[in-house]
Amino acid sequence: MNLKRSKKPMIITLALVAAVYIAVFIAEQQLPATSMLFTVLKKGAVYALVAVSMNLLNGFTGIFSLGQAGFMLVGAYVYGIFTIPVVQRAAVYQYFDGGVIQFTVPIIVAVIMAGLAAAFFAFLIGLPVLRLKSDYLAIATLGFAEIIRAIFQWNGLGPVTNGSNMLRAFPNFNDFNIKDTQGNVTVYLSTLIPFIMAGVCILLIVLLINSSYGRALKAIRDDEVAAEAMGINLAHHKRLAFCVSSFFAGVGGAMLAMYQTTVQAKSFTSAMTYEILLIVVIGGIGSVTGSVFSSFLFVACSEWWLRFLDEQQTIGDFQVPLLRNGFRLVVFSIIIMIVVLFFRRGIMGDKELPDLLSRRAGKKGRAVK
Amino acid sequence: MKKLIALVLAVMMLVPAFALADDVIKIGVYEPASGDSGAGGKQETLGVQYANAKMPTVKIGDTEYKVELVIADNGSSTDKAPSAAQKLVSENVSVVLGSYGSGVSIAGSQYFKDANIPAIGLTCTNPQVTAGNTHYFRVCFLDPFQGTVLANYAYKELGATTVYCLGELGNDYDQGLINYFKQAFEALGGMAIVDSFPNNTADFTSYLSNAAGYNADVFFCPVSIAYSTQIIQQASSQGLEIAILGGDTLDTNVVVDAAKGTSVKVICTTFYQEGANAEFDEGFKAWLNENPDMMTNNGGNDMISAVSVMGYDGYVTALAALQAAGSINGADVMAALPSVEVDSVSGHIKFDENGDAIRTSAFVKTVNNETGAWEFVAEQTVE
Amino acid sequence: MWDTVFPYLLSGISVGGQYALIAIGYTMVYGILRLINFAHGDVFMVAGIIMVYIAASGLPLWLCIPLVLLITVGVGFLIERVAYKPLRTAPRMSVMISAIGVSYTLQNLVLYITGGLNKQYPTIPWISDTMVIGPAKTKVVTVVTPFLVILLVVALVLLINRTKIGMAMRAVSKDFETSQLMGIKINNVISTTFIIGSFLAGVGSILFFTNYPTVIQTSGAMPGLKAFVAAVFGGIGSIPGAVIGAFIIGIMENIIKGLDVILFKAGLTSAPLGLATFSDAFSFALLIIILLVKPTGLFGEKVTDKV
Repeated sequence: MNLKRSKKPMIITLALVAAVYIAVFIAEQQLPATSMLFTVLKKGAVYALVAVSMNLLNGFTGIFSLGQAGFMLVGAYVYGIFTIPVVQRAAVYQYFDGGVIQFTVPIIVAVIMAGLAAAFFAFLIGLPVLRLKSDYLAIATLGFAEIIRAIFQWNGLGPVTNGSNMLRAFPNFNDFNIKDTQGNVTVYLSTLIPFIMAGVCILLIVLLINSSYGRALKAIRDDEVAAEAMGINLAHHKRLAFCVSSFFAGVGGAMLAMYQTTVQAKSFTSAMTYEILLIVVIGGIGSVTGSVFSSFLFVACSEWWLRFLDEQQTIGDFQVPLLRNGFRLVVFSIIIMIVVLFFRRGIMGDKELPDLLSRRAGKKGRAVK
Repeated sequence: MKKLIALVLAVMMLVPAFALADDVIKIGVYEPASGDSGAGGKQETLGVQYANAKMPTVKIGDTEYKVELVIADNGSSTDKAPSAAQKLVSENVSVVLGSYGSGVSIAGSQYFKDANIPAIGLTCTNPQVTAGNTHYFRVCFLDPFQGTVLANYAYKELGATTVYCLGELGNDYDQGLINYFKQAFEALGGMAIVDSFPNNTADFTSYLSNAAGYNADVFFCPVSIAYSTQIIQQASSQGLEIAILGGDTLDTNVVVDAAKGTSVKVICTTFYQEGANAEFDEGFKAWLNENPDMMTNNGGNDMISAVSVMGYDGYVTALAALQAAGSINGADVMAALPSVEVDSVSGHIKFDENGDAIRTSAFVKTVNNETGAWEFVAEQTVE
Repeated sequence: MWDTVFPYLLSGISVGGQYALIAIGYTMVYGILRLINFAHGDVFMVAGIIMVYIAASGLPLWLCIPLVLLITVGVGFLIERVAYKPLRTAPRMSVMISAIGVSYTLQNLVLYITGGLNKQYPTIPWISDTMVIGPAKTKVVTVVTPFLVILLVVALVLLINRTKIGMAMRAVSKDFETSQLMGIKINNVISTTFIIGSFLAGVGSILFFTNYPTVIQTSGAMPGLKAFVAAVFGGIGSIPGAVIGAFIIGIMENIIKGLDVILFKAGLTSAPLGLATFSDAFSFALLIIILLVKPTGLFGEKVTDKV
């Protein structure tokens, strides 16, 4: 970050962000709630947060961690466990006599607890794992995610985690809608709230990145030995980044639970981590705005725009060949390979939106002179 | 430039996309076409598709509506389920049929509820699918019933005292049925040992050794088709001598093919016995033989799986509900469903206060290892 | 007691041998490129799918097997040329991401081709037959696997130690840049490595799927990861290490599946604990322990980081 950066691009960026939030709010009141748009926006917001949290590790600190799905799992479970209404517990924990936890906490507390639990797990895992180097670290974190998954599925912990069975009936995004006494929705907030949650978390990550801590992390990424020579405590900073990233992955997991309305350890596989990693790569490793953009693009393509590839289409009398279930994913993976091979810097490289705006402003400024 | 593209794409996201012709009614088919339950989901979908081919229109009031099926693949997994459910909701379907697999049904449930769309479960037997809600119905029997039937059969007919139960971790169908089986079996005085395997397991040899290690008399594995065929094949090469018992998921030609030519005894409970309704059997087989794609989806031959029958019956029930509602609006259909009664292939369908079809009997079948066909064993009822 | 444990040992040795054949591919590629080839497990799965389709086309089996191996080798070669070679100068992370991308692509491609359904693996005569060994019954392939693995490993070690290309491989894995300067055609060496790795994965897939005869797009993921763990456990770059690691992981994994029974029979527990839940996780726990205690694995060479 250059010190003499003008404030103008920053203001434009903030204005753009505000405009997006207003647009989301208006769209939600005007368009039918069943539109696929809102699915994409909700899931996109969740993935944006998780991708940014992964970027904090992989892009800004240079720790190649593949444990994201594991931390999301912890977050999703903690959120679910502490928010399922007590009256529903007998039904949800049907094989475990209603489970041992018989109270709920407010949603926001549960979300923070989700983050803290994930961070705590990260702290424990970090003690041994962060000593490892690049790809050993990757495979060790991947392994830990699998271990976490097995632990949460173990019947022995059933009274708390419901074993391998799903958690459900906890508050989801639609419960944020404001309803009148008849149960009709008066103000739709089910998309705006996840946007706000993700937005606040991403803002916190951005503040961290731009703080002295963030500069230390980037120094570690660029050259560990030099960073250490500069007096940066490697172990401390790496652990901090790992825990912070996991905290937000945990919050993202809680949000994913709200989006999915059910949670099951089975679905938090390494494939989920790979998906998030690919989002980060497409957005640009080391760019927060890139991760956010690519999350929405990725979700929109996979859930919405490319869906037609999965169904048979006829143009006139011509039956388009190849289109059937699964083709969408083939096209999708080819696009990803092209990005990985030929556009390695992704959408944004390591630039942020204000950087792009200021470059343009800078050009204009020179032109005037 | 790249930013511009992103902006253009962002604008595209704001364009809502749906158009509805007046005389078309959409029925959502929420079924797995891939994943562990893909084979079963495809067979269930076939039943719906056949019904749709036979009854392509429905008369509601004075208007003749064309019925269009909207098929969404929930990938047999609870994390892909939300977007499949959302797809159906965004297409404004009037009613949803499905799904094969109780877990994905529960995972999609909330989306249908929020959109005021009723859903009719075809073969999802876990009680949790319909319990505590007013929008989910089902045309098949439930696991407490099926579990009891199986336990009675194992204890009384097979003379078992120890049963080794194996289910997939995180599969609500397996775990639920095993749980009810265990309750019923232990109430009878037997011992049921429960074990689970992680998903994507291919090596069942050690689990088969476990069954032998516990000196079990019956191997109870009500698992997805994908796993049950592997268990049967590996049981055959390990020379498993005890019977393999399963629930309705085992009633498929894929399982028969796996057991054919081996000495493994496979027994299952199911909804329908081929031959009970000759008209349906003939029609369905003829339809399969006309459509090679459908034949492939049915596992390559024209043997009728009970899930296809349930798909057919679900469609019939849905049409009856639409007619009773006199409207294509989801909420109206939901209001009409509780009082719908139909007579269809699998028998009389009438819902109880939970929205479950009242069923008092299940068929027990076994594989003839030589001919490779299902043989009828008994019709079991539980009071 | 022996009768109780024996079937698990047998299952473990069999699956361990199959992991070993995959693990060799990982360890060789890592030794030379310092790349975790995440797609290797999927090459193994693709070999299985190719066999399904080739056998379905009606070709006689004695022709199918060499054909499958040939195509698998081709796939491995192609992956290297398309997805890894352009990234030779890129950071290691980019190559690893590319490997993840390839894995994603192969799985989705197979999902599309098979329609997401399990495919039945053809029955290969003789090795699919059932035989009695001690107190257990099993397929012939279970017994054949360890011997075949040892045979292939001996051949491979001879190749590496006695031939020119083997010498080149050793040189490249010692020092990538220097060997390039010495006139070794790096790309040929790397391609050879991938060809050998894919060949062994192909053989492994024939053995594995004969034992567990269904193939689906995710079939390769877990065996792949476990084989990688085996490679790390044995010391990455060391072929005997990978093989021993694979056997240990295969056996331990099956013992854990049967641990409930063993404890129950020994009278240590009165009810099953559900320990089979950890059969997959265990391999990773083992990986982490070995990384912490002896990061170079059982037989790995000490690598010093240069600044």
